[in-house]
Amino acid sequence: MSKRTPMIEMRHVSKHFGSVIALSDISMAVCSGEVMCLLGDNGAGKSTLIKTLSGVHRPTDGQMLLNGEEVSFKSPAYALDAGIATVFQDLAMIPLMSITRNFFMGREPTTGWGLFKRIDWKRADRIAMQEMSKIGIDVRDPSQPVGTLSGGERQCVAIARAVYFGAKVLILDEPTSALGVKQASVVLRYIAKARADGLAVIFITHNVHHAYPVADAFTLLKRGGSLGSFRKEDISREEVLNMMAGGAELESLDAELAEFQHTDQEDQRSARPEAAPQNQASSV
Amino acid sequence: MQSNTSSKPAPHSSEKPDERIQRVPFWKKALSRPELGALAGTVLVLAFFIVAASGTGMFTPAGIVNFLEVAAQLGIIATAAALLMIGGEFDLSIGSMIGLAGILIAIPAVEYGWPLWAAILLAFSCAGLVGWINGNLVNKTGLPSFIVTLGFLFILRGLAIGISRLLTGRTQIGGIHEHMQGDWFAALFSGEVATGLFSWMAAQGWIATNFAGNPLVTGIPVSIVWWLGLTAVATWVLLCTPYGNWIFASGGDANAARNSGVPVRRVKISLFMFTAFSATIFACLQVMDTGSADTIRGLLKELEAIIAVVIGGALLTGGYGSAIGAALGALIFGLVQMGIFYTGVNTDWFQVFLGVMLLVAVLFNNFMRKKAMEAK
Ligand SMILES: Nc1ncnc2c1ncn2[C@@H]1O[C@H](COP(=O)(O)OP(=O)(O)OP(=O)(O)O)[C@@H](O)[C@H]1O
Ligand SMILES: [Mg+2]
Repeated sequence: MSKRTPMIEMRHVSKHFGSVIALSDISMAVCSGEVMCLLGDNGAGKSTLIKTLSGVHRPTDGQMLLNGEEVSFKSPAYALDAGIATVFQDLAMIPLMSITRNFFMGREPTTGWGLFKRIDWKRADRIAMQEMSKIGIDVRDPSQPVGTLSGGERQCVAIARAVYFGAKVLILDEPTSALGVKQASVVLRYIAKARADGLAVIFITHNVHHAYPVADAFTLLKRGGSLGSFRKEDISREEVLNMMAGGAELESLDAELAEFQHTDQEDQRSARPEAAPQNQASSV
Repeated sequence: MQSNTSSKPAPHSSEKPDERIQRVPFWKKALSRPELGALAGTVLVLAFFIVAASGTGMFTPAGIVNFLEVAAQLGIIATAAALLMIGGEFDLSIGSMIGLAGILIAIPAVEYGWPLWAAILLAFSCAGLVGWINGNLVNKTGLPSFIVTLGFLFILRGLAIGISRLLTGRTQIGGIHEHMQGDWFAALFSGEVATGLFSWMAAQGWIATNFAGNPLVTGIPVSIVWWLGLTAVATWVLLCTPYGNWIFASGGDANAARNSGVPVRRVKISLFMFTAFSATIFACLQVMDTGSADTIRGLLKELEAIIAVVIGGALLTGGYGSAIGAALGALIFGLVQMGIFYTGVNTDWFQVFLGVMLLVAVLFNNFMRKKAMEAK
């Protein structure tokens, strides 16, 4: 790669939950102005990895570096202060709270001083509305509880929030899973813009059509381990797809589907004469 | 209907109002406030007793001060309990803390000759410690606060009785009034305010006077001032400050709040400390008022506080509620308790009424909340 210091780097990071080894010996680096796409099966450890980066979990072992300096986040608040904003897979939204309250949760804009320091609700509402309309959602009322939004709208609030607060690193855990075509493309454009602004972006998705166009590099996780990082130049869309789905699994899926077809035909043939119970029992 | 004015339908732009928004009417916005049910309840109960207790003196100045005082005492701890419940936790040790705080004020002052202000500071320090321990235990163990503070309900009550017996051989300590003279700190918790206003009103003949021309009600008891003050501050904190936002977030979903950078642990510890402080304020007011402390003071107050908070529209699961609601809950409580006394109904029925009120309030609030969520 290059001689540049990566914006964010993991060195031999492991994370254990009791006896569960969720991550083992992961090394990964993302430079500023780069999009790293994390790929892997369900349960491969992608979310655990980004939660370790964003301060939710503390690594059992290994080092994390931000801009070349070793960091250890006591909680997500510290990671946010360091400029790492994250869209979690579960979105980290409070359903009973309003859009604005959720948007600025933990980072409220204030006005006044001393004992009379208070949230600047006017500004907060305006920014929340603005950021939401940028992503293509017209908020009807910023005081509307997030619980009354649709799943996609909720995801957009979380993304708009992370984009607004992300200063150095933007982490998105399956941000497009519930989005319509328009909003998903806005999110991809956001990612491209964040990259152009010099952020390091880590992006998790199961959709190759979302992953391939914006990514500069791919890291493949499997059962908690890393199968390595690949630059986009060195890998084709089909190869990425294969890595995501597991090429072998696709082939065996083809074989299985053919098998189903085969048995369907068998069933039809055997069902043609008067249903013979013993015959059916044997075919089960 | 702006597209009517132009020949083609206006393309959607952010300056134009969203066609899906109907202007949200004021009353619909009000419906989504948590304290609405409590407000309706207050009006109902008030109307009921205005009719039922007419001519009994319940609504003379003296009667009003009476039920407001009952409401105020409960309201002080209910405010703190409301913030804590919105923050997602319970404190069942409030009542016992009241008893312990009273003992901690009375024994040093009466038995060891401490100035009263020092004894009060001791009580507040111990309360802070109790709240801190409660909060840390809940944070560290992840146990429901219900269990942790249930433990402290017994521990604190036992401590109050134990300490009192050990040091004085009694469970009741009197004679505080003699120590109150000239103590600036104790003055915060005793007496009345606006006495000048009341004698002036008496002089104008606006309020009832005794044979000497002095008003029957000489001022507003300081407990009412504490209650209104705490309610106002708590409301301000909840609605206008970042800390208030953190309280809602911590109670709504502690995990999501933490992941968004809210210092959930600190919020919870501070809320537990606040409930313990509120119990101590309660104890101070009571000790200064009666001139004595008793180890059984505050019995069941934690449950009464929770009732007031729930009547006030807070969700038992956290993340939703209001301090004004809790104040109204306490007011209903005071109205009913004194109303039953004034109307001469056997006071045995008070608890039945209370339980029914609680159920009605919860059902009503549930219903309203569902309506509000749909209406949006
Ligand atoms: N807090 C936890 N305690 C115990 N085990 C956990 C915890 N969090 C994650 N795991 C385990 O770690 C493994 C990796 O989980 P993770 O959520 O990182 O998967 P993922 O790659 O994000 O999957 P998906 O694509 O479904 O989101 C899983 O087997 C999960 O059971
Ligand atoms: Mg995941």
